[in-house]
Amino acid sequence: MNTGILEERKDQIHRAGEGAIDIACNRDSLAGAVSQRACVFCGSRVVLYPIADALHLVHGPIGCAVYTWDIRGALSSGPELHRLSFSTDLQEKDVIFGGEKKLEAALDELIDRHAPKAAFVYSTCIVGIIGDDIEAVCRRVSESKGIPVLPVQSEGFKGNKRAGYLAACKAMSRLVGTGDTSGISPVSVNILGDFNLAGEIWIVRDYFRRMGVEVVANITGDGRVADLARCHGAALNLVQCSGATLDLARMMEEQYGIPFVRVSYLGIEDMADSLYQVADFFRDKDPGIVGRTQELVRDELSMLMPELARYRLDLAGKRVAMYVGGSFKAFSLIKAFRHLGMKVVVAGSQTGTAEDYAELEQIADPGTIIVDDANPLELSAFIKEKDVDLFVGGVKERPIAHKLGVGFCDHNHERKEALAGFAGMLNFAREVHASAMSPVWNFVPRRAARVAESGEEAVND
Amino acid sequence: MTKPASKTVPRPAARPNYVSTTNACKLCTPLGASLAFRGVEGAIPFLHGSQGCATYMRRYIISHFREPVDIASSALGEKNAIYGGGPNLKKGVLNVMKKYEPTLVGVATTCLTETIGDDVPMILHEFRKEFGDLDLPDIVHVSTPSYSGTHTDGWHGAVRSLVEQLCVDKAAPNGRVNILPNMVSCEDIRHLKDICRDFGVHATILPDISETLDGPALEDYVKIPSGGTPLAEIREMSGARASIELGRCLPAKTGGVSLEAAFGVRNHRIGLPMGLRESDRFLETLEEATGTPMPRRYELERGRLVDAMVDGHKYVFGKRAVVYGEEDLVAGLCAFLAEIGVDVVLAGTGSQGRGLDRAVAEVTGGVARISPEVRQGVDFHDMAAEAETLKPDLLIGHSKGYTYARGWNVPLVRVGFPIHDRFGGQRRLHLGYKGALELFDRIVNTVLEKKQADSDIGYGYM
Ligand code: SF4
Ligand code: SF4
Repeated sequence: MNTGILEERKDQIHRAGEGAIDIACNRDSLAGAVSQRACVFCGSRVVLYPIADALHLVHGPIGCAVYTWDIRGALSSGPELHRLSFSTDLQEKDVIFGGEKKLEAALDELIDRHAPKAAFVYSTCIVGIIGDDIEAVCRRVSESKGIPVLPVQSEGFKGNKRAGYLAACKAMSRLVGTGDTSGISPVSVNILGDFNLAGEIWIVRDYFRRMGVEVVANITGDGRVADLARCHGAALNLVQCSGATLDLARMMEEQYGIPFVRVSYLGIEDMADSLYQVADFFRDKDPGIVGRTQELVRDELSMLMPELARYRLDLAGKRVAMYVGGSFKAFSLIKAFRHLGMKVVVAGSQTGTAEDYAELEQIADPGTIIVDDANPLELSAFIKEKDVDLFVGGVKERPIAHKLGVGFCDHNHERKEALAGFAGMLNFAREVHASAMSPVWNFVPRRAARVAESGEEAVND
Repeated sequence: MTKPASKTVPRPAARPNYVSTTNACKLCTPLGASLAFRGVEGAIPFLHGSQGCATYMRRYIISHFREPVDIASSALGEKNAIYGGGPNLKKGVLNVMKKYEPTLVGVATTCLTETIGDDVPMILHEFRKEFGDLDLPDIVHVSTPSYSGTHTDGWHGAVRSLVEQLCVDKAAPNGRVNILPNMVSCEDIRHLKDICRDFGVHATILPDISETLDGPALEDYVKIPSGGTPLAEIREMSGARASIELGRCLPAKTGGVSLEAAFGVRNHRIGLPMGLRESDRFLETLEEATGTPMPRRYELERGRLVDAMVDGHKYVFGKRAVVYGEEDLVAGLCAFLAEIGVDVVLAGTGSQGRGLDRAVAEVTGGVARISPEVRQGVDFHDMAAEAETLKPDLLIGHSKGYTYARGWNVPLVRVGFPIHDRFGGQRRLHLGYKGALELFDRIVNTVLEKKQADSDIGYGYM
């Protein structure tokens, strides 16, 4: 089988330890390469989607809206407007004569029907081509309806997902600074870049509550427009995941002087580190915070560690491949897998930056394949070459792993299982265990043959 | 029995004419085309447009079929969108050839390339000239802007393009039958094949997704799954003794129609064989086309279906159902539900102008107790607005209606595409007597389950 890497993609693949890392990234996907990547619109949609009391209207033909209808696991503790799929469903005559009128009418109608706190209008490829002035439409509707109506310049072809993150941050930055900040504690944070998949933000918020830290705004998991409007009153921004909301944190630092730290809630060390960083930041304002945080981590770990040890017995020595959206997540996952005694041998991402990949190579074991913007054939070749036992990725990667008889864990925005925090680490271990240890792998041809050859009882022993 | 009259005129009651779409009950055109191309042997679908469309469709299709679904894209960027996507299309096809070694590349346009006005036939013509020294695969193209159609248009358009662009010569008579099955499940296609085999006729089923979208576990990752309609057979469709296209809501021009026009292959256009009478019609058509009487096996299957309908009639009689999805699936469901005494109170589809109202009237005529309200070009918001007053007992359609079913506390019987919240959607059988029986069992059991769950008493005997 010809799984040779396409010439033009060779510089997007690197093996840790083999020379200096100089990985090409953030370039357009190669035509015909069946990239696993989506588009600018996808990036914006991912970030803004969880704002639950806003109207999210996709301006374009129907597909872009249907494919993003309620596919994510972002939960809300209140309104659920985000779970509906709104579209202007452009028709031929709109394409010819322009879609502005339809957009305006659609906004009028939907705002009257749902009384949202704000509306986001996503521009798709075709809107970029026909040249609708969505900025002007949004301004008009904003005036007539008295709520913020925010254009999101997310034409799919204008880059990759990362450009969509920026477009989303730009749209949100228009809300920031418009609300009243009185009454906000000096020991306060905004949580950026967590989307409350399966309620993860509630786990994290509970830790901060126990530490005595006020959370002003969730950006954007379980998000609310009013919180965004006053989030510039917080003392510190916590930015999870390198890609999605870093731009907003930078804007807020520039404009309001709010510092930010990058955190991760995945895995034991990173979760604990993140909490300690916050405690550290506030230790002058609240001397008791460090002690409280230590206690919290101790409590959580004393519950977690014995459980993990049980899973480790089975999982030690198993090999993992992962292909995730942002590469920042990959760092945490590598460490989390080490706790389970497992070794990451392939680490890839859709949208990593050069710095991300350099950092990734630092913590990866020698020989680990590091890849930017992969495709099914490459991924399947890596799985076989490294003979992995588990693949971590998103929906599109699942059947690739399964066809090769390899366990799979979902770790993207669609998951319905909380993986963040200490509680999440346990869920994660449980899921990894269930995926890697199932007896079904004995029957998958690629591995069944090997079991027969080696006379072994089971693949997973 | 009241005679059903079709509701061709819009309801006079002030039904709001929404501008916006909320929770669409349709998908976009290239998705249908990609699915159809996936049913051809050695083929890879290729979307000419930006990367996002292809990726979104892949994940949508994968979630239903749980199979690898590789759809290539010309991955247009900003410059291409301005200066035209020709170079990327050519480069993309070359890359796909290198990596996948396909025997056919099925090129479908997206909204973007339709809007910038890329002339795909011309670009492909140039491509063939430029790279004529290479061993080129067949390339079939179809125009699929989503602003003028839905996924079913994409499906039928791709099938027609396959026929018109590949089957260009009159083949020697080969005694085969062409079946253009419409957007049905993998299991449905397998069943159609069985039926034809039992009639002793070789059927060219186009497309045939039974293996390519429901493959076995294998030794290695295959770039393009085995199965699918062989290209040689598509080329020989002009030599078949007849074509049977399944669907009463097809576009005027289809693969079957052009085979008849160009090569005189008699085209039978009948509905999806769902339920008793529509299945009868299918088997009669096969009898006519092959000259073989219905094999005993199907007499028995038919008998079992009627027997079950009798045994279970009381559980479902008078239940009120809302049905939605692709036009032909909806028509087929209405046909069957009418036969078992379930009242379809609303039949909705996201597509427009394909004559669902007429089709429903035709297939329910003579048996339906009420004439179903037919709504075309609607989204779930439209349907919900009506359905709330219609007080349905059952929802029948794909997974996307679940939120509504949950809200109304009525069960959802999952049929069609996509089935994203249950397992095995690709293995659901809908067609023929066997499919009707399976559907009947499911509907009856759904009603029983609901009754049991709602009951204060734990009856273990219903
Ligand atoms: S742009 Fe058109 S083809 Fe692409 S996803 Fe949207 S509707 Fe579908
Ligand atoms: S049309 Fe553009 S915005 Fe919509 S899915 Fe396709 S690439 Fe993304």
